[in-house]
Amino acid sequence: MTVTPGWYMALAAILFVIGLGGILLRRNALVMFMSVELMLNAVNLTFVAAGRELLTIDGQVSVFFVMVVAATEVVVGLAIIVAVFRRRKTASVDELAELRG
Amino acid sequence: MIELALFVVFGLAALFGAVTMVWARNPVYSALGLMLTMFSVAVFYVSNSAHFVGVVQVIIYAGAVMTLFLFVIMLIGVDKAEDRSENLPVQRPLALGFLVLFGAGVLWAGHQAWVSGPPQGVDPVNGTIEAVGSELFRRWVLPFEITALLMIIAAVGAIALAFFKDEGAGE
Repeated sequence: MTVTPGWYMALAAILFVIGLGGILLRRNALVMFMSVELMLNAVNLTFVAAGRELLTIDGQVSVFFVMVVAATEVVVGLAIIVAVFRRRKTASVDELAELRG
Repeated sequence: MIELALFVVFGLAALFGAVTMVWARNPVYSALGLMLTMFSVAVFYVSNSAHFVGVVQVIIYAGAVMTLFLFVIMLIGVDKAEDRSENLPVQRPLALGFLVLFGAGVLWAGHQAWVSGPPQGVDPVNGTIEAVGSELFRRWVLPFEITALLMIIAAVGAIALAFFKDEGAGE
């Protein structure tokens, strides 16, 4: 019984859904941010598996670029979370309701 | 056979880490669960012969990014009990329902064909540093240079946010 790329893609789909669940169900900004990282990782896994199936290295190059963008996004996002925390003393997104109409 | 064993073991580890990340009350446990998942994904990269990407995954994600997350968790404190009540009335059941629908839809769509289209090459890919690097510096050299600009912008932005003066604090 061999492991086909479809197995990796099915696993990546489940990981993506779990990450999406973290976004929808949690209200802690840090945990929501980690869920975004999990979803990016799941998509990266599909890139690598599809690149292996299609005999091209472009999938791995795409993963490289996604990782770069994710790393920069983490830097800016965590800086924003820290700035918000210094001002509001909370990391819960439910507390940030100034723009409510 | 070895790949099957690796897939089962690290697939379960990845799922366990992901569920821990979403479920854990303490953000530190969330970070550790995510670290486990990222390490498992690195193993999958290697078993898909993406060696360079697997190493980068461990160094960047499991190393740098998760360390940054843990630093921020320590900085903003984890001792406060998180209020887990939900303000929106039907948010949770609705979210769970849509998640199940979405996941089932993706898996059903993938059941037909996960990968379609003709193969792009003839040889099996081998993601060594040499192969990825030569591709990166030939066909992808302009996007690669633009990522340098992106990283400078991100670094400047993070420093600017860190120097933010708290004029409106304590309202």
